[in-house]
Amino acid sequence: MISQFFVLSQRGDNIVFRDYRGEVKKETAEIFFRKVKFWKEDGQEEAPPVFNVDGVNYFHVKVVGLLFVATTRVNVSPSLVLELLQRIARVIKDYLGVLNEDSLRRNFVLVYELLDEVIDFGYVQTTSTEVLKSYVFNEPIVVEGSHLSPLGPAGLFMQGTKRMPGTAVTKSVVANDPGGRKREEIFVDIIEKISITFSSSGYILTSEIDGTIQMKSYLTGNPEIRLALNDDLSIGRGGGSVYDYRSSLGSGAVILDDCNFHESVRLDSFEADKTLTLVPPDGEFPVMNYRMTQEFKPPFRINALIEEAGALKAEVILKVYAEFPSNISANTIVVQMPLPNYTMRASFELEPGAVAQNCWGIRTYTTSQANIFTRITWYGDVIGLNRAALNISLGGNITKESGPVSMTFTIPMYNASKLQVTNPHKGNVYSTTELPIEVKYLQIAKKSGTYNPYRWVRYVTLANSYVARL
Amino acid sequence: MAPPAQSHRSPSPSQPSGKSEVSDLKSQLRQFAGSRAPGVDDSKRELFKKVISFMTIGIDMSSVFGEMVMCSVTPDIVLKKMCYLYVGNYAKVNPDLALLTINFLQRDCKDEDPMIRGLALRSLCSLRVANLVEYLVGPLGSGLKDNNSYVRTVAVMGVLKLYHISASTCVDADFPSVLKHLLLNDPDTQVVANCLSALQEIWSSEATNSEEASRDRETLLSKPVVYYLLNRIKEFSEWAQCLVLELVSKYVPSDSSEIFDIMNLLEDRLQHANGAVVLATTKLFLQLTLSMTDVHQQVYERIKAPLLTLVSSGSPEQSYAVLSHLHLLVMRAPFIFASDYKHFYCQYNEPSYVKKLKLEMLTAVANESNTYEIVTELCEYAANVDIPIARESIRAVGKIALQQYDVNAIVDRLLQFLEMEKDYVTAEVLVLVKDLLRKYPQWSHDCIAVVGNISSKNIQEPKAKAALIWMLGEYSQDMQDAPYILESVIENWDDEHSAEVRLHLLTAVMKCFFKRPPETQKALGAALAAGIADFHQDVHDRALFYYRLLQHNVTVAEHVVNPPKQAVSVFADTQSSEVKDRIFDEFNSLSVVYQKPSYMFTDKEHRGPFEFSDELGNLSIGTESADTGVPGHRVEANDKDLLLSTSEKEETRVPTNSGAYSAPSYDSALVSIAAPQPQSDLLSINTLAPVIASQSGFAIDDLLGLGVSETPAPAPAPSPPPLKLNPKAALEPSMFQQKWRQLPISLSQEYSMSPQGVGALTTPQVLLQHMQNNSIQCIASGGQSPNFKFFFFAQKAEESSTFLVECKISTANSKAEIKIKADDQSASQEFSSLFQSALSKFGSP
Repeated sequence: MISQFFVLSQRGDNIVFRDYRGEVKKETAEIFFRKVKFWKEDGQEEAPPVFNVDGVNYFHVKVVGLLFVATTRVNVSPSLVLELLQRIARVIKDYLGVLNEDSLRRNFVLVYELLDEVIDFGYVQTTSTEVLKSYVFNEPIVVEGSHLSPLGPAGLFMQGTKRMPGTAVTKSVVANDPGGRKREEIFVDIIEKISITFSSSGYILTSEIDGTIQMKSYLTGNPEIRLALNDDLSIGRGGGSVYDYRSSLGSGAVILDDCNFHESVRLDSFEADKTLTLVPPDGEFPVMNYRMTQEFKPPFRINALIEEAGALKAEVILKVYAEFPSNISANTIVVQMPLPNYTMRASFELEPGAVAQNCWGIRTYTTSQANIFTRITWYGDVIGLNRAALNISLGGNITKESGPVSMTFTIPMYNASKLQVTNPHKGNVYSTTELPIEVKYLQIAKKSGTYNPYRWVRYVTLANSYVARL
Repeated sequence: MAPPAQSHRSPSPSQPSGKSEVSDLKSQLRQFAGSRAPGVDDSKRELFKKVISFMTIGIDMSSVFGEMVMCSVTPDIVLKKMCYLYVGNYAKVNPDLALLTINFLQRDCKDEDPMIRGLALRSLCSLRVANLVEYLVGPLGSGLKDNNSYVRTVAVMGVLKLYHISASTCVDADFPSVLKHLLLNDPDTQVVANCLSALQEIWSSEATNSEEASRDRETLLSKPVVYYLLNRIKEFSEWAQCLVLELVSKYVPSDSSEIFDIMNLLEDRLQHANGAVVLATTKLFLQLTLSMTDVHQQVYERIKAPLLTLVSSGSPEQSYAVLSHLHLLVMRAPFIFASDYKHFYCQYNEPSYVKKLKLEMLTAVANESNTYEIVTELCEYAANVDIPIARESIRAVGKIALQQYDVNAIVDRLLQFLEMEKDYVTAEVLVLVKDLLRKYPQWSHDCIAVVGNISSKNIQEPKAKAALIWMLGEYSQDMQDAPYILESVIENWDDEHSAEVRLHLLTAVMKCFFKRPPETQKALGAALAAGIADFHQDVHDRALFYYRLLQHNVTVAEHVVNPPKQAVSVFADTQSSEVKDRIFDEFNSLSVVYQKPSYMFTDKEHRGPFEFSDELGNLSIGTESADTGVPGHRVEANDKDLLLSTSEKEETRVPTNSGAYSAPSYDSALVSIAAPQPQSDLLSINTLAPVIASQSGFAIDDLLGLGVSETPAPAPAPSPPPLKLNPKAALEPSMFQQKWRQLPISLSQEYSMSPQGVGALTTPQVLLQHMQNNSIQCIASGGQSPNFKFFFFAQKAEESSTFLVECKISTANSKAEIKIKADDQSASQEFSSLFQSALSKFGSP
């Protein structure tokens, strides 16, 4: 049960403010913002998502730079409220197409309408975009979204390949396409975030893939959908698993540590043929979240070496191997390395012949941030070798005080876990056969022979915490 | 209200520019009010939008109330909604104007469109104006009977709103029983869910003054209701599922097969993508299996994977909420998570609030098999750019060392940190080394060699400086330069801003003096002089105390200041286990995130669903309407006791102890005095301990200079009437369990059994009969000769305040160990003597 809900801009302006129970004073938004902005407690500089000021509990999540906040005096379940805030953001995004400060401001009446139906007297009524449709009457005012940062991982598709239907991620569930006709289409995105830690000698210390199968449906009449995953998929590691995973020893079977599913998913035939059956509600939602610690081949290997080259100089040798096929490209790559704060100057050198292609892009660094900063677009199967010379003032322990090297990247149409959504309809399903993934099927219960909506199955892999120690 | 600063610039319809614009709007609205011309609605929409956007940013728009109401006569639903929103916002502050809206809202409540009926009803109930409630009853009554489920859901919430405006109107209209009917009969699950929320709120607040309501509230936890809700659980929305699960977690199943049925039914809820559902299920599973140790353990194993998945799949905020709960579980059962330690490694891009939790978990799960890996990982973080996290990591390494695993290697690592020559690293390490030395004096040689090289000038942080000074004093015989370093610090006495450091300096120079008098004498004189002249009271007092002690007798002074010490075996935990249990009872609530039980951060009426269970304990006991408050307050008072310094606690307790000196309470007082302030007081208290060991609790206070015994006892407590027990006391087993969990132990003692008693105790049953004759009932018993275990309870004769007793009797050594928990703790001492006398008569003819 919550008392108030409000959305604040980065500067602390109220964009939307709804008081459901009148139990908490009106100045909460201001109190909250001041507290978050100047947070200094427990020696930390970042406010936790939940805190208490004078008996009022404040919950907040950050979405595209906006603060979604709820307040209450009651000792509620924190995950319920935080989940709710996240869900409200998603519902609003479903309606507005693009979620940002501008679109919220333009559509605040619609947002109030949504909020009235989502929560009544502090109790959640529904967060289903589908159900809300029948209660909500304002039409969204569409905001041009191309130059704005989109919400959620699906937005990544816009940056990579141009073949991706970028409009889809910014389309409102209630708005029609220009021309008045609604396009029948469905998007299934497999988004995998990799966390990996390499030791100084290049061994993998820990690795994990956190994946989500995300769906966004624009199909009218809500037909049933069957989503077939890899045959060799199994769930559960170690003791207590009901699944048999002996088969995984030889082949490259996919063993998930654990997963969870959206409400609408039925698992009747999951054990038999790894098929998820669901009637997708409108809007964007995760069909399945999964977690995997099974060994996999990391897309990049990083090897970093630091050595002292004289009393006031050190050299960092950074090797990055791209271990994916050359027809796949990774983009928005950033390699960073914190340097000791007594670094005076850093310069770079590219090992001759290491990378033939024109793949090193901008190379910048700032001593103030003490980061080596490299931005590149990279195609698979190549090695980048970088030599950085650091001029340092008086020593210290350079190895202990610099690093670790961290990397961020996005690789569209690649998934490290080899989890697949498969689809027999060659027609207009987007797929590239050279990928390690192969689409099995995404079946839509047909209403008629001519009903053939657009189906998009897309993969993307991104770095979550991709770290190499020195 | 002042218009906000021009902080945003956007083409949105809102850009307030003060009063003129408001009056502008007012006249424009008036123009459109009566008009029915085509296109007017669009213009109205624009105007309404402006009004609402001003309202959002905090401009007072109540002056256009009349115009808004006039404009709202329209079939346009979008307009209506905006108007409702506006009215809801200002009705409370303008009750007179609100009356204007009643008419059109009531009319809309009878509209053909269920959508409009619902909206109007919701707005009507949201007016929050007390003198309008008479207009609500009719529409609500028909709303609850509406054939459209949307209207019914709104109406149910409307009842709750009405209750908050005027409880009596709501109860008089008999709405609660209508809701109760809907709860069990409505086909729409959202209606059912709303009924549940509304009834919980209404009955919980009614329960304080109406027995009927408290009985009603109990029916929510009856088997039929719980089963009815559970059987439909999959039809509920995910949010309503959380509500149901929370309710069921308070249900007490009758036997284990029922428990397994419930768990099997809800097993798949653990695979839900919504973390709130998973945590609610987790709580239910944990609560259900509390008394079944094996299954409880299995539950931990079962929930591990789903919780870890939630941690890694959601936004950082969501993971934080889940991780906090995981943290609680890890702290309770570290061994179960010991092999999962890698999941608690920090990722470099995680927010620091997540990292901090993970570090604590890593510390907790460290055991023989994984310490090496964990410490290696933690050492990596020590070089982290995020300094608070780097500090935490070093502390974590130290804590693991204190847990006694692989100390040797860890001490080496810690000392290596010093080579980094970063101020904050050195500071943290010094504090840790000091703690380590207190526990493992055998490492002193290695540590001292390294620590001796650190110049005190490089250390700024008071805690670290105090630690260094402590070591200088403690190990002055091994550190060549100790007297001179201390001397140089004393020379800069005035520059030392931290009282903590100055206190330590005094003690350290004293210790140093006893070991190396000629070298230190001068420094000691300077320190005492500076200390006595110090403006800080504690420093002054300590200096004076030392000074007089030395005057009195140097040998005694040495005994007091620097006696032979025993290594500290266990450092006191900052949180008592009672507090931890309470937090666990409040699983899936803010208590877990804050790591505090709810009474520490919430006032009584807002403790949420948990209070519900707290009070339930008192309800079935009987007819005490006046006394229901007492146990609750007692618990609260006791809770506060935990926060009070122990000497105060002792003081308050003494009168009720009726003079009898009890060994256990004395012990606990001593331990806890030493525990919270290991730094400053440990030294002196330790030395005092032998002196006062033979004296009563008063002496402690006295020696500490609090002078309790000299001051007149605060308001002599009225001597309590002799305790009489109710010979026909009754208590449900489930209630017993619940109370046993909730109440703190108020007394634990050991008696000797008479030989006759031991002889007579062949089976548990014979004792039961005997105790029952003494008005002490048994609720459970077990064991075989020579070890028996009993749970007894008793109630006061005149009021239903309950005593719970765990009694372990060993006939082998004729000992009876008892633990007493009581609603009214002040009477537990008396009850204990009653119990003892009853027990001593056992076996005698």
